[in-house]
Amino acid sequence: MDFALFAEQILNGLQAGVTLFLTAAGLTLVFGIVGFINLNHGTLVMAGAYIAAKIATVTGSFWLGLAVAVPSVVVLGLLLETSVFRRLYHRDHLDQVLATFSLILFFNELARIVFGRLPYQIDKPALLAGAVHLFGDLYYPIYRLAVIGVGVAVAIGLWYLTAKTKLGMLIRAGSTHRNLVGALGVNVGRLFLAIFALGALLAGLAGAIIGPMQAVEVGMGENIIILALVVIVIGGVGSIRGALVASVFVGIAESLGRTLVPYLFEKVVDTSTVTFLSGMFASTSAYVILAAVLIVRPQGLFAGKV
Amino acid sequence: MTFWPPSRPTLIVLIGAVLLLLLPPIAEALRQPFVISVATRVVILALVTVSLDLLIGFGGMVSLGHAAFFGAGAYATALLTQLAAAGKPLVWGWVPPVEGLAVWTIAIVVAALFGLVIGALALRTSGFNFIMITLAFAQMVLFLASLRELGGDDGLRIPVRNTVVGFSIESQTALYYVSLVALALYLFLCDRIVHSRFGLVLQAIAQNPRRAHALGYRVYSYRLVTFVIGAAGAGLAGALIANHARYVSPDLLMWTRSAEIMIMVILGGKGTLFGAVLGAAVLLLLEEFLIGLTEHWQVILGPILLVVVLTARRGLFGLLAGSRGGGGGHG
Repeated sequence: MDFALFAEQILNGLQAGVTLFLTAAGLTLVFGIVGFINLNHGTLVMAGAYIAAKIATVTGSFWLGLAVAVPSVVVLGLLLETSVFRRLYHRDHLDQVLATFSLILFFNELARIVFGRLPYQIDKPALLAGAVHLFGDLYYPIYRLAVIGVGVAVAIGLWYLTAKTKLGMLIRAGSTHRNLVGALGVNVGRLFLAIFALGALLAGLAGAIIGPMQAVEVGMGENIIILALVVIVIGGVGSIRGALVASVFVGIAESLGRTLVPYLFEKVVDTSTVTFLSGMFASTSAYVILAAVLIVRPQGLFAGKV
Repeated sequence: MTFWPPSRPTLIVLIGAVLLLLLPPIAEALRQPFVISVATRVVILALVTVSLDLLIGFGGMVSLGHAAFFGAGAYATALLTQLAAAGKPLVWGWVPPVEGLAVWTIAIVVAALFGLVIGALALRTSGFNFIMITLAFAQMVLFLASLRELGGDDGLRIPVRNTVVGFSIESQTALYYVSLVALALYLFLCDRIVHSRFGLVLQAIAQNPRRAHALGYRVYSYRLVTFVIGAAGAGLAGALIANHARYVSPDLLMWTRSAEIMIMVILGGKGTLFGAVLGAAVLLLLEEFLIGLTEHWQVILGPILLVVVLTARRGLFGLLAGSRGGGGGHG
């Protein structure tokens, strides 16, 4: 394998990692501070993707889709928080898992009713279409670079938010001493709502920007949520930096597994074994990493650090 | 324990047992033989639900990967039975028999081994991380089941059903009674376990692991043994479902199936064992009913389940049995 191909796989992994991070960041914030497992978080990503794709298909404008999708998902998230999730904060994990699983069933079917059974494919916006020459033989799609850029910007933004603002201070305090924050007179209900809105915003953004890179379809939320849950456990629940490191790590591991494994093994073993190995790496690397991390460090890599 | 007059929970269990025993002749008399097939599915899923209730309701282990053991038992049965039917050897020239007692025992052992390995690793964690690591391991097992060598996404067809002590279970009624016996035996085993000294320690651990540890109990070992017993029960259910459908596919191991089994536990009432049978029956029948109603049945099922989780803290068995719904848990 030449260096260009290797670099391309790293970029692909990075891009997959940052989109994963957008989902995982909201999830880990909500779990870390509110103590609430929201399996339904992936539905918000799906909602963002569908709304953006529908509007882009009808109007032809990706940007309009993005502009409508993100606030809509925030509204949806707030509605869910006030109507259902609030009642689950004091319940045990089991009830939270099942209640949010029920919501997945509902929203998946609702998406089928509203948007139909066929997946949506949308075009990249004209501004970000095409590829850019990086070096040597490596041409890389501008859109994917832009996605990486969005991920980096969000990561920096979240760092600023948690490290430098009042809200961030409450988030950091809440992640380790939830009850104490309430006892100090902070309106915990409003803090939870704000965190939820932030998580929904990131999920909506993730959904809207992955539209041009993959089919928008029912069930996409589940694939994302499982991976995002795995990632936040690897990173240590509640830790944004853990989620970032784990997302990128998992993204790159999957991407390299898919391409590096065939390259490394094609001379050693026969073709069907190569297909088996690369399939195995691509589909299970996240879980293998999770198992390995939890066995060595059961609380996750960055537990206790926002 | 005095058996007469029976307490209310005992009475409910007795009535349920009589109904289940009489179901096939009634269905035949009413000329609704397909009911037996649905009832068989209910009984088999009740079995896997009981096994998860043992983990959740008594061991405090919220596993979101229970479908892995169900699938392991089903695939083991399918593979062995395929070889047996074709007369091909598995290893060292050994051709597996068609006899269910042999095949299913192997299926149970396979599922228990999966449970031993996964449990040994997953039980190093607890709480949220335990839920996620069991899910992760189940996803790995799902990948194994999706291998092309095991039929890929198309799954495996099974040419014949196993025999039981030489008798054919090709008739729906025969398989139904065999499944019912399996369920009864496993329920009996679990009931004995949770009322034994072992079961009491297990419940103490679920309530307060630290205190149990301080009292000198090996928390990890108690949990692991229970986890393996649960996995074995799920494996037996898997063996039966493979016989019922004569077909296995990766669908059996999807994480949604693990969640569905969990919902059956909650619906019936966690920590009640017998409630699991109710939970499985009600959820399956509800699904059958809604599927008949509309193709978008999940849009109705979702909110119903949500309301169940939000309101029914003690489950159906708790509702029926009155104040003392059963053993562990705190719901």
